[in-house]
Amino acid sequence: MDFDFTDEQRLLRDSVAKLFANRYGDFEKRNGYAKQPDGFDRAIWTEYAEVGLLALPFDEKHGGFGGGPVETMIVMEEIGKNLALEPYLPSVVFAGAILRHGASDAVKDEIIPKIAAGEAIIAVAHTERQSRYDLNDVTTTARRDGDGYVIEGDKTVVIGGNSADYLIVSARMSGARRDRDGIALFLVDAKAEGVSRRGYAMQDGLHGAEVSLANVRVPASRRVGNLPVLERAADEAIAAVCAEAVGVMEALIAMTVDYMKTRKQFGVAISVFQALQHRAVDMYVAAEQARSMAIFAALSAASDDAKERGEAMAMAKSAIGKAARFVGQQAIQLHGGIGMTMEYKAGHLFKRLTMIDLQFGDADHHLRRLAA
Amino acid sequence: MELSFSSEELAFRDEVRAFIRDNLPRDVQQRMIEGREIGKQDIVDWQRKLNAKGWAVPHWPRAWGGQNWSPVHEYILIDELQSAPAPQPLPFNVSMVGPVIATFGSDEQKKTFLPGTANLDIWWCQGFSEPGAGSDLAGLKTTARREGDFYVINGQKTWTTLAQYADWIFVLARTNPQAAKKQEGISFILVDMKTPGITVRPIQLIDGGHEVNEVWFDEVKVPAENLVGEENKGWDYAKFLLGNERTSIARVGVSKQRLRRVRELAAKERAGDARLLDAPWFREKLAGIEIDLKALEITQLRVLAEARKSGKHGAPDPKSSILKIKGSEIQQATTELLMDVVGPLAMPYQRSTDAEDDGNATPIGPDDAAYAAPTYFNWRKISIYGGSNEIQRNIIAKAILGF
Ligand SMILES: Cc1cc2nc3c(=O)[nH]c(=O)nc-3n(C[C@H](O)[C@H](O)[C@H](O)COP(=O)(O)OP(=O)(O)OC[C@H]3O[C@@H](n4cnc5c(N)ncnc54)[C@H](O)[C@@H]3O)c2cc1C
Repeated sequence: MDFDFTDEQRLLRDSVAKLFANRYGDFEKRNGYAKQPDGFDRAIWTEYAEVGLLALPFDEKHGGFGGGPVETMIVMEEIGKNLALEPYLPSVVFAGAILRHGASDAVKDEIIPKIAAGEAIIAVAHTERQSRYDLNDVTTTARRDGDGYVIEGDKTVVIGGNSADYLIVSARMSGARRDRDGIALFLVDAKAEGVSRRGYAMQDGLHGAEVSLANVRVPASRRVGNLPVLERAADEAIAAVCAEAVGVMEALIAMTVDYMKTRKQFGVAISVFQALQHRAVDMYVAAEQARSMAIFAALSAASDDAKERGEAMAMAKSAIGKAARFVGQQAIQLHGGIGMTMEYKAGHLFKRLTMIDLQFGDADHHLRRLAA
Repeated sequence: MELSFSSEELAFRDEVRAFIRDNLPRDVQQRMIEGREIGKQDIVDWQRKLNAKGWAVPHWPRAWGGQNWSPVHEYILIDELQSAPAPQPLPFNVSMVGPVIATFGSDEQKKTFLPGTANLDIWWCQGFSEPGAGSDLAGLKTTARREGDFYVINGQKTWTTLAQYADWIFVLARTNPQAAKKQEGISFILVDMKTPGITVRPIQLIDGGHEVNEVWFDEVKVPAENLVGEENKGWDYAKFLLGNERTSIARVGVSKQRLRRVRELAAKERAGDARLLDAPWFREKLAGIEIDLKALEITQLRVLAEARKSGKHGAPDPKSSILKIKGSEIQQATTELLMDVVGPLAMPYQRSTDAEDDGNATPIGPDDAAYAAPTYFNWRKISIYGGSNEIQRNIIAKAILGF
């Protein structure tokens, strides 16, 4: 048992923290980044590449750094604290995991160096209008055609899809809408004929897209996995987003406690009111419990046992979702009116926490998964 | 004991329903169902229809349009408006400044203001809170200096709801900075928003909307006859205004309506192979909120029955604080549940009124998806304003612990 970071991991954390302190230390700058065409600042993305973050989870033999879930946890926690807008989670963590577990060596050799260099962004297009949080609920079809496939269907809320150079699309080759068999993943050039996208901002300032695929032809070599690969990648993404949530909660609690110490009403700092002290304590307790679950998720994410891994993620995501709601709501309440304003960071942390619960399955979804 | 309304009360309820059905524009109702904003003119038009019917200010004195109804009738009207849903008469006018003027104002003020206040010819906003005076309202710093026939107002108000629409603002300002207790030196003054020296600055809330503002006063000259009641007695009037609220604070009808909407949407959404509405875990969640709401509704009726016995302006009942606490918690739970129904499709930001909207023309996801998350965000306000839930708990604590 050991919950300490190695020296290397500490170095990683410090370099990520430094990058974000420069870029996001002044929260108002985030607004400016969000207004850029991609919804984030490309120059910052280049810095991710320079620090090595974009190569982090990939094998050395494909130009990566061979980092594991703990390294990803470290990066994601800093992303959370700073509400960073760059598509690290969809592209490097989620799509990256699909490529690592499902793509051929040829595809890896072609695509991973581009990701690592910041030249390619990839988004995973899996959610459909009816699918809610079920990865196996797929109506988009892939039909064999000569030495390739033809994909047809609509995907919704594709996070990072607005700026992606490639999309990894889940599509059904056979079977009924919710069958676990018959699902394949395809790496699709986002500019391929038949792909249309409508990009937008999301509630938390990140960006996404609606994606339509009409008769999109994909070479057979671009088939990069099946449902188990998607599920494994989603598990890794869940572990990552749990770490992000912990970062958001940490920042939000720090802001709230600071505010309580400085905000005066009735001639005293509101931190002297015991009702509020206990509320802050409950937030802290929830966040520490959440941190434990994020660590549990990270340390379970690399398991090859799909059942054990899935259960760990369901536990973690359910716990994190619940904690995220509680901490977010209480932080706004303890701030009073100021917490409700667009100008102030606390409200944005609250919104990101809310959206994290809706990403990869909310607390209820994972609770049921576990209880099933 | 008897739970149901009398046949006379039921007949009144039917009359209210028929009136709403025949007079409320469908598009206004639909926007409210979906949680979208409604425009100023829609609110004005509707209040005028209610006023023509005698229903905008039934709780006011008879001379100024009141109906001398029992609190139960008042409640039935509000509950039906809330659950229709239809706009309620503007609270700043009908529940706040109107009763204050009617009770403490001069005859001149009554004549000048009350008819237009009832008919929403005058849109009022509430200038109480300041950056340094929220829960501790008596800590306010805005001053009104007497100069001949005028007061000269300086200071800053904030969180002023819909000041951008307002014709007039009612302001609490300090007229005696030397008073022994901070509550003692405050006056209640009516100010025309067109007076030189007033600046309104928008505050954007986290849902992206513009409903609150900062209102700055820089040497704003107001005729002395706009003082309500006596100088330095404003705190009493403010307390009267804030304690007036018994019939609509719990907003039971709003929660009923939203739960209806949750059911409608959940009947269309799928959870696996079944309707979301048929999923046992979902039904349990829904039922849990419905139980809470039923308890609140009965508590509300008990408070009303008590008020009917003791007269409307009897001592404030600490149970009113229960109505605020549970009412806001339940409303917040319903917005949360609605967002959970919409699920991942609540994530895109698609406010149509925002100038910076990135043009999400065709809505993404089900009806209501666009406003599910913003409504959830926005509704966090209701446990903050109007006396935060912590302040309400302090009131109950004082009552039950006797300190
Ligand atoms: C959307 C919105 C609309 C509003 N509209 C208006 C309007 O039209 N006109 C107007 O005048 N005002 C308006 N308000 C202001 C509202 O009344 C105040 O926000 C409210 O009084 C709380 O004050 P505050 O925001 O300064 O928070 P604070 O008073 O600073 O409170 C911060 C936290 O401390 C807690 N707290 C404070 N004192 C105590 C205590 N003694 N014991 C325990 N806990 C305590 C509070 O509950 C809260 O959680 C509006 C507010 C909002 C958010």
